[in-house]
Amino acid sequence: MLKRLRENKSAQGTLLASPTLLWMIGLLIIPLILTLIVSFGKRSPDGDVIYSFSLDNYIRLFGYSTDCDAGQTSCFDPLYLQILWRSLTLAFNSTVWVILLAYPLAYFIARAHPKRRNTFLFMVLIPLWTNFVIRVYAWMMLLRTQGVINLILGWIAGLFNLPFTPLEMLYTPGAVLVGMVYEFLPFMILPIYTSLEKIDNSLYEAAADLGANGIKTFLRVTLPLSMPGVVAGTILVFIPVMGTFIVSDILGGRQVILVGNLIQRQFLDARDPTFGSAASLILMVMTLIVTYFYTRKFGFGEEIVVA
Amino acid sequence: MTAEFAVELRDVVKKFITPEGNSLNAVDHVTMQIKNGEFFSMLGSSGCGKTTSLRMIAGFEWPTEGEVYIEGKAMGHLPPFQRKVNTVFQSYALFQHLTVFQNIAFGLEMEGADKSEIEKRVKHVLEMVQLTGMERRKPKQLSGGQQQRVAVARALVKVPDVLLLDEPLGALDLKLRKEMQLELKALQQQLGITFVYVTHDQEEAMTMSDRIAVMSKGKVQQMGHPVEIYERPANKFVADFIGESNFLDGKIKSLSKEEAVVFIPAWNTEITGLPVSPGLVNGEEVTVSIRPEKVLISDQTLNQNSFKGKVTNTVYIGTDTHVYTDVMGKRVKVLEQNRISRLDPGSFYTIGQDVNLVMMFENVLVLKKE
Repeated sequence: MLKRLRENKSAQGTLLASPTLLWMIGLLIIPLILTLIVSFGKRSPDGDVIYSFSLDNYIRLFGYSTDCDAGQTSCFDPLYLQILWRSLTLAFNSTVWVILLAYPLAYFIARAHPKRRNTFLFMVLIPLWTNFVIRVYAWMMLLRTQGVINLILGWIAGLFNLPFTPLEMLYTPGAVLVGMVYEFLPFMILPIYTSLEKIDNSLYEAAADLGANGIKTFLRVTLPLSMPGVVAGTILVFIPVMGTFIVSDILGGRQVILVGNLIQRQFLDARDPTFGSAASLILMVMTLIVTYFYTRKFGFGEEIVVA
Repeated sequence: MTAEFAVELRDVVKKFITPEGNSLNAVDHVTMQIKNGEFFSMLGSSGCGKTTSLRMIAGFEWPTEGEVYIEGKAMGHLPPFQRKVNTVFQSYALFQHLTVFQNIAFGLEMEGADKSEIEKRVKHVLEMVQLTGMERRKPKQLSGGQQQRVAVARALVKVPDVLLLDEPLGALDLKLRKEMQLELKALQQQLGITFVYVTHDQEEAMTMSDRIAVMSKGKVQQMGHPVEIYERPANKFVADFIGESNFLDGKIKSLSKEEAVVFIPAWNTEITGLPVSPGLVNGEEVTVSIRPEKVLISDQTLNQNSFKGKVTNTVYIGTDTHVYTDVMGKRVKVLEQNRISRLDPGSFYTIGQDVNLVMMFENVLVLKKE
């Protein structure tokens, strides 16, 4: 038996891969299949799953509604499509803002004196030591009507004897955007930094030698060579922003509902795991489609491995 | 090209602060004049200041003191892109995200040349470095030698007054390096552009250069034609760094216009008929330098200029055999060319064998003691 295994290379390979394979099957494939099965089911009046094969949940997600004006048995209700669209645009906007903020910072760190770089990177990472939820609550303290920002603004207005009404910043789409950008900024800084740091100094010198000034060097050399970092960062930011519900829950209140919130509420409040499962799968498919087209255009961003 | 010199360094000093916080003169009062159309090499081991000097000509570094002139114009703090010089980097520094064509076109685009002009000039320079047909490849798809050619082409397409080359062949294997040396030299002669070349490889410098500046500790030790530097080294450092030498302590007994007579205490003998180099003083302690290939070795008694020695070791290296001998307590290395096959072990001297060493005294050098 052992002797035969020693000679059989492909069996050896399977055996060596088996721990990972078991892991993947147990923790990814089986749960996914279960979710799929549940999503085809129906909710019983007391919140259990009745297993069947019904596409009702998906039809409902795409706007079919039975809760209509008097006289109609069915109508179009874009509620869930709006939620999906809102999640998609928010993820897009957050990613763009994260890139705009992370790139200059990563550039600054990469061009800093080698001795200081680690200190700066350390500073980028420190917030990650605090729990995600606590960091979002911190933003609540900053943004609310009696929050730090309004206090400071009020104090400044007081100095100039100006009237001041506290700004309503919390529970707005803007607050959710700020929270998302803040939460995921480090995941963009690190891969961009990695790709910038890899650019050999002689390339900047070569560009200068060939007649490029600072701006041209940046546009023609630095930016293209750091694109793998931007791509990797985009994947690391876009996907989690699509699914997160904590930020919108805490900073958006009931005003900003995203797919993540929808799913969470179906499982915990509405007690409809079948509809929740369908929404989860749609979220996954949507993310996959966007990521697929994105990576096909820009590549996978080798920095993702480094980061 | 009206200026007398393509590049001139006048009393240039470059100070660096070491990590320990000390100030160090990487380039220490260097003055050199590089003529138009010359192939000029700066030769020295790492840390001798050759690369720093080159980088000051390119504009990547600015002198702490002194001034760099290009075509007679003081460069001051002009950035690299305002100097009519281009650099071939040791690492090639090719843009990996651009094709060969785009790499070479980069400098022309920065000048604002129009498309057809760029196309024409890139094509021409690609022909020159024999890379026609490689336009659309990325640097990673090329061999080391081809990448090197792209780097040269990218610099040459700008038609610089001076081409600066920083150990451009360092990454290539020996055979290819020797080939590229001859190619670069031919290219330089064909174009008539001034080349300033930095290397630590003396053979490379000898092969290509019209003139060499031997550098050490930030200073120019000697500047001159390769033959002059090898046959008439200015000091012990140059004699030791370029080629090999046997060194003996001596003292000048008498000095005339034609010859020097030096007493060698270790051998208790006087050597006459030595060439006189400027700056020597009668009675001065000197170092006598003898090139290993300029000593004849024989097991027979020859003329009066011969010294008796004992063989201590022989080393066969293919083209030559190095014979180490002991002459009255001093080790003298002799280089014998292997003109005949050495397959017969009897063709080598045996260890402990008595031999006679003959030196042509006009080939023995008298150097100032350091």
